[in-house]
Amino acid sequence: MKIHEFQAKELLRSAGVAVLENQVCRSADEAAAAYDALGGEIAVVKAQIHAGGRGKGTLKENPEQHGVQLVRSRDEAAEVAERLLGNHLVTLQTGEAGQQVRQVLLEAGCAIARELYLGIVVDRAASSPVLMVSSAGGMEIEKVAAETPELIFREAFDRDAGLDAYQARKLAAALDLAPGSVRSAVAFMQRLCRLFVAEDCSLVEINPLVVTEKGDLVALDAKMSFDDNALFRHKEIQEFRDLDEEEPTEVRAGEAGLSFVKLDGNIGCLVNGAGLAMSTMDLIKLHGGEPANFLDVGGGANVEQVTEAFRIILSDTHVRAVLVNIFGGIMRCTTIASALLEAYESVGFDVPLVVRLEGTEVAEGRKILEESGVDIITANDLTDAAQKVVAAAG
Amino acid sequence: MSILIGKETRVLCQGITGQAGEFHTRGCLEYGSQVVAGCTPGKGGQEVAGVPVFDTVCEAVEQTGVNATMIFVPAPFTADAILEAVDAEIPLIVAITEGVPVLDMVRVYEKVSGSDSVLIGPNCPGVITPEECKIGIMPGYIHRKGSVGVISRSGTLTYEAVWQLSNLGLGQSTCVGLGGDPIVGTSFVDLLRMFQQDDGTEAVLMMGEIGGTAEEEAAAVVAQEIDKPVAAFIAGRTAPPGKRMGHAGAIISGGKGAAEEKVAALEAAGIVVAESPADMGHAVQRAMGQA
Repeated sequence: MKIHEFQAKELLRSAGVAVLENQVCRSADEAAAAYDALGGEIAVVKAQIHAGGRGKGTLKENPEQHGVQLVRSRDEAAEVAERLLGNHLVTLQTGEAGQQVRQVLLEAGCAIARELYLGIVVDRAASSPVLMVSSAGGMEIEKVAAETPELIFREAFDRDAGLDAYQARKLAAALDLAPGSVRSAVAFMQRLCRLFVAEDCSLVEINPLVVTEKGDLVALDAKMSFDDNALFRHKEIQEFRDLDEEEPTEVRAGEAGLSFVKLDGNIGCLVNGAGLAMSTMDLIKLHGGEPANFLDVGGGANVEQVTEAFRIILSDTHVRAVLVNIFGGIMRCTTIASALLEAYESVGFDVPLVVRLEGTEVAEGRKILEESGVDIITANDLTDAAQKVVAAAG
Repeated sequence: MSILIGKETRVLCQGITGQAGEFHTRGCLEYGSQVVAGCTPGKGGQEVAGVPVFDTVCEAVEQTGVNATMIFVPAPFTADAILEAVDAEIPLIVAITEGVPVLDMVRVYEKVSGSDSVLIGPNCPGVITPEECKIGIMPGYIHRKGSVGVISRSGTLTYEAVWQLSNLGLGQSTCVGLGGDPIVGTSFVDLLRMFQQDDGTEAVLMMGEIGGTAEEEAAAVVAQEIDKPVAAFIAGRTAPPGKRMGHAGAIISGGKGAAEEKVAALEAAGIVVAESPADMGHAVQRAMGQA
């Protein structure tokens, strides 16, 4: 689960990690008042959407306006907020439609001496959380990793003991921090690592992490996401969820216990199991089609889930044909066939449906489909299914 | 011959009194597995499917001599269940449960690494040695006894592959589902080495997917240590970056984990890679023909 920058900064502040003074605003008046309250000469207005690349991103409605802007007066703060709020910010990560800006963050300015990068993830290969820092702050870390990997320094740390002070000092030295900044850096890194574990984060990214002219480390930006499987033990993090930022069909699928990802093609897919679902997408593409979605109904799909899955797939107006690919293991093909028919009837199909069933009680399952008289195209194997659905989608 | 489990394996089910635990205990018993004990804290003394239930794993080990366990306890308690099995020195721990927090697995992985236990999973279909022992949720009847070792990160895709193999007359020595999570107990590398040592295994089929670098690591080991024919398939060639494809581990992030890199690494190691998921069984045939 992702959260907004302003929410992440709340968490950082309460964990004792240095952030600048700021206020969330949902109107131009609030932005003007916030500018006064912050009391400085300069402030920064930052659009709050989940996607990254906001500084370079521009409004769909007004390509002159970027998602992050420096302001020098209360009137300017109000004007920029006015332009951003309610409009759609298009960044590298949002797609062409952009994401609507529903709130902006007004933050105090600061005198920046250096810009660094800091990130924490769970490293799969090391099976351990890892803190990464780089002197190339403000840049895309993927680019730094690809082009100048020698500028990235890493320390794996113990989940329970946290980052040791010497590890933080090693990283501070690698970043060539001035002696006066080391104490600030150690506190910053140790507290952030502790927060990462305490809240079951999957990613914490501070980019840029700045060294102020006084030598202190401050999080100028903050990106946090959380392990969905651990949310059950973090009620306060669940409160941060913003459904406006999520793909509506994906939210709906999640509520029905389906795993769904929307894609750009025109062939809807309904599959049991994540690996088989991914492979089915690959197969469609291999035969010249484009999948409209990834959809895993899970191991024990029932009539309600299959019905909801069909509704979600068909709500996408680009869908020209649907492929059902089920390998009945524990779940019998007869059960699935009956569920398919019931769902098919209640949903009201207006595009061709290709069904490939395999596994337990497959002969009986196919017979149920054939004898139903319903206009379903049955397929004998994977390749047959892919060819038929690609042909049906035209 | 086979790896990990066989006729003699004595199985414990942790979480046997739950719906899934009971259902799959029955399924394993029907297949012929020796499920001889169950464990659910507070339910000791009961019986499920004719199997005695114990309060602790230690009691189950002492009284029934189990040497493998399958775990069905709910995700928030799975880490604890695995740690209890490690503490009781059970040689093989198979965690079926889906949805275990990643940081729980960080701790579990560390404990398992420092022990003599082997952990398969979590979020996996289990392990099966056809016609001998099934520990998990896979449909037993699709398997045939034979000499192809199967390793996979997913469930139904493994069934698909096994089905193709069986229909081509290629039986399996042992099939192992590694699990779809970012951190799992056992990797392709560990199992490739076990299959290399196993006299009953003539060839190996491995099914990977996007995310992480486990397949690349496996390719390196195949190139250096494995002289048996290996075939592979990678799921998720069409998956867009940054989107999690059902499995918590199946996500292309930070420029890592894309299918193309994995396929390239596997092919460079001399592995026959199936382009289509419909071609996994034939890929094994081709690999065996080459060797």
